[in-house]
Amino acid sequence: MADVDVVLAFVHFARELRAAGLGVSQGQLEAFLRAFQWLDPCSRGDLYHAARTTLLTRREDVPLFERLFAHFWLAPVEAARSPGKMPLAPRHRRSEERPALAMLLSERARPADPEIEVRDRSFTANDDELLRRKDFALMTARELEALRRQFLLRRWDFATRVTRRKVPCRSGRELDLRRLPARAARTGGAVLDLPRRRPKIKERPLVILADVSGSMELYTRVLLQFMHVLRQRLDRVETFVFATRLTRITGELGLTDIDRALDEVSASVIDFASGTRIAESLRAFNTEWAGQLLARGAVVIVMSDGWERGSASELKKEMRILRERCHRLIWLNPRLGRPNYSPRVEGMAAALHHVDDFLSCHDLQSLEAVAQHLAELPRRRGSSRAPFHGVRDPLHAAAPPGEASQ
Amino acid sequence: MRARLAALDYIADDALSVSVFLASKLGRPLLVEGAPGVGKTELAKVVSRMLRADLIRLQCYEGLDLAHAAYEWNYPRQLLEIQARGAAGRAAPGAAPAAGAGQVDDLFAPEYLLRRPLLDAIDPRRDRPPVLLIDELDRADEEFESFLLELLSDFQITIPELGTVRAVHRPFVLLTSNRTREVHDALKRRCLYQWIDYPSPEKEKQILERKVPGLGDALSRQIVAFSAGLRGAGLYKAPGVAESIDWARALQLLGVQKLGLDDVSSTVGCLVKHQDDVERLRGGLARELLEAGDAVAGHSPAGHSPAGNGA
Repeated sequence: MADVDVVLAFVHFARELRAAGLGVSQGQLEAFLRAFQWLDPCSRGDLYHAARTTLLTRREDVPLFERLFAHFWLAPVEAARSPGKMPLAPRHRRSEERPALAMLLSERARPADPEIEVRDRSFTANDDELLRRKDFALMTARELEALRRQFLLRRWDFATRVTRRKVPCRSGRELDLRRLPARAARTGGAVLDLPRRRPKIKERPLVILADVSGSMELYTRVLLQFMHVLRQRLDRVETFVFATRLTRITGELGLTDIDRALDEVSASVIDFASGTRIAESLRAFNTEWAGQLLARGAVVIVMSDGWERGSASELKKEMRILRERCHRLIWLNPRLGRPNYSPRVEGMAAALHHVDDFLSCHDLQSLEAVAQHLAELPRRRGSSRAPFHGVRDPLHAAAPPGEASQ
Repeated sequence: MRARLAALDYIADDALSVSVFLASKLGRPLLVEGAPGVGKTELAKVVSRMLRADLIRLQCYEGLDLAHAAYEWNYPRQLLEIQARGAAGRAAPGAAPAAGAGQVDDLFAPEYLLRRPLLDAIDPRRDRPPVLLIDELDRADEEFESFLLELLSDFQITIPELGTVRAVHRPFVLLTSNRTREVHDALKRRCLYQWIDYPSPEKEKQILERKVPGLGDALSRQIVAFSAGLRGAGLYKAPGVAESIDWARALQLLGVQKLGLDDVSSTVGCLVKHQDDVERLRGGLARELLEAGDAVAGHSPAGHSPAGNGA
């Protein structure tokens, strides 16, 4: 193992992995090198397995690792055939300025609409109010820009839950026996006061599943922006989009810059503006992700207009299973903002059987109501989780009777 | 390594054998992830038997804290001691009151310490390293992980009142996670990493034959094909190897020679544990899988095992 060339090659390999976006720490590299005290660096199997177990930390990275491994160690053999361009981890991809989904969609907004003059940050109360009530689908590019700032200025609170972890607190209900003798020891063994503790409160995990099919197209951009700001502000947010298939976009929305984030999203989602298979997409979520993501009392938001191509009974079943596994299931439908809306679409009607809250998301005002509702969700699963009946008035949905008191 | 694991009825592939080997040689913890029921916990048991070491198991749960994982002071004893001293002080007013107060420090002496699994694993009085299993780490909260950092990189625990306890023999540490949340990067970087997948049909058949002796060749082949089919069918809860083993045992007990539709429906609870999945099985999936399995079995595959040298 004293062979300098071999060590150098290993170090280069680790560097290659880093360049591709796989974080490799110095400690990991050291472990990798030390492995060859016992293993044979010339055996491809040993080399591969040792590298994989010491340098990798996530299963998702295995395919990328395999490509890099093959490229680096087998390069002399195969380089001639494939002047390989390495696929990089998304974060490192140079974002060429291609028209993002965001641009595309904003241009679709009808230019004929009376435009609201929006000055930098300084809304007059009137403009502000107009903007808040304007349907996203009718917004112009400048209004969307103003909306974006509104999103950023806002504070986003989210539902919390009581955990089993305890933290010290003067007014806690429970005695903190652990600290009691230590306290007493300080005062020569006399117990002068009783330290207390209470359960720690944490934000709930949030999972958002957004419909990006054709019928939702005019809302897609704003809703993605909404997801992006929640992903940035809250602790544990998972985001998915679906039309005909489900795509996880949590990583993409992790980029701070919204334009780059949306760029990445439009690159990785192939079914934008296509048909809808809600039941199938939910099924994909239920079988592949629910087990991992719905622990710890997660709140699930589905954003869709409920135009389902598949069977309504399948959708109903998937919704039931989804609801069994989460703390609260919320459905946001932009069409609920229309004056005479009733969930007559077969899919929507079926889904409503297993929804805790049915709210609108067609304008800023309604999203604010959603945000408020999320912040005020009861800490414990209560009797308010009765099956949904009838449409609530979206503007008063933030505090439905009997729920605020829970 | 692979052969040594196999001797203890644990069928591991090259990747896992290398990981276990390196973990023991490098003295690094091994983080094993994988779907439920692929043998993550079993691995720790087997390693402890292989190394003839004690197995210390810490089952993680939400709210797990230092007091339950590492150490705790014996408060009742401490409080009794405080009271006893107070009483002694009153009974003998001649004694200097400072004496009682001065001895308060020894309330935090080792005899008042309750050792929990983590402290136990690095106890310097041990003459050989134990195997420490930290099971289902993803169930504990993030705060607990940050505590593990000190333990897993330096194999020591600092008790403010006593000082630092350091392991003389590094324990073999195995962490498992079902990925209900992502384990923190800082922790992962201190560990070797391995993902255990569902085994290939050949491998699963070997496992069944080891775990359920006397299981016929035809039946075990059918069971393996059926389980693999279920995993591919997109169930809400796919069966792990643990489930196939249970199922094989059940079928053996019932004296089944060749898997039929009735046998499946009477023992379905061993294999599939979600009501909707059960309904799907009864609604025709079982028949489909059985027919597919028969078609493959008719083909008569040769029992070849993948070549490769274990470390």
